[in-house]
Amino acid sequence: MQNNKSNLPILGTSIDVQALDLAEGEEVNALKAASQFPNPDPVIEVPADLKRNILVTSVDYILNWGRRNAVWPLTFGLACCSFEMIGAAMARYDIARFGAEAFRATPRQADLMIVAGTLTWKMAVPVKRIYEQMADPKWVISMGVCATSGGPYYESYSVVPGVNRIVPVDVYVPGCPPRPDALLYGLMQLQEKIKKYSIVKAKS
Amino acid sequence: MTIQLNVKDLGQQIRDRFPDAVVDDGGEALVVNPNALSYVARHCFEEPDLAFDFLVGITGVDYIDHFELVYHLVSIKHNHSVVLKANTDSRESPSVPSVTGIWEGAVLQEREVYDLMGIAFEGHPDLKRILLWEGFPGHPHRKNFTTA
Repeated sequence: MQNNKSNLPILGTSIDVQALDLAEGEEVNALKAASQFPNPDPVIEVPADLKRNILVTSVDYILNWGRRNAVWPLTFGLACCSFEMIGAAMARYDIARFGAEAFRATPRQADLMIVAGTLTWKMAVPVKRIYEQMADPKWVISMGVCATSGGPYYESYSVVPGVNRIVPVDVYVPGCPPRPDALLYGLMQLQEKIKKYSIVKAKS
Repeated sequence: MTIQLNVKDLGQQIRDRFPDAVVDDGGEALVVNPNALSYVARHCFEEPDLAFDFLVGITGVDYIDHFELVYHLVSIKHNHSVVLKANTDSRESPSVPSVTGIWEGAVLQEREVYDLMGIAFEGHPDLKRILLWEGFPGHPHRKNFTTA
């Protein structure tokens, strides 16, 4: 800890690097303290009195048809699982068959966040921020055992034990890493789930 | 593969120049006094017959009663290699001189050892955590570290 007050010149200004580090550490510790229990998985239930509503269900059908066949994922890979995600997007597995080939580079245009890889507490802050930047309706696929439960790093000092501590997860895809086929099956399960959405009842 | 230098020859060469620097030259690695580490490293870097111009890596080892630092040195010029080791005196406040002035690549290596093992490197230009965040309790690669 000799020279921690070094100033890094960026764009003509100087910033206090130590203050940035301390602020980041506080943010990570605060998120860790606030994320001791998993978020409940979103369950889609259509209320009984709305099931016979012809108008709403017709609108729902059209909307959900559009949504589930154009699920745009976020370009977002944390670890080795992301290479299987890239493989799923390439010609051999071709995620475009399910309308999800448009990987967006900004969360504001994306519908689906595929958390592909080991999530550390340090990375959890950006993951939560990116999720909050995505526009509703939005879905999350937890890809691989690391994102699902911590996997081989369960009870590690730095790994989040399940991404559902940070964001609610719609579909879990097991595997280490899951093959692209498994990810595509997870996407198909998500499409089955999107079918049940209703504009009357907000996403739970 | 690089050619392993004879540790006894190198130990004798260093002992001639720096008395008290060499602790042990009987094994496969040259164990040096941590206080003399920067001089020995400078000698290994500057001596034309040695010319260790590449620091492959720095490793920290926890031996419960002390820490050990392992420096893998390679000379691309002569295609030979040697392993330097240094044992810290205590476990409470372990500290060794930095070699960042000799090999620039040691900056990140020493920050990682400091982050995970808690060994301070005197003379490091920017010694702070690199993998974990500020405010993390303890140093996780120590043997007595436990998660909450």
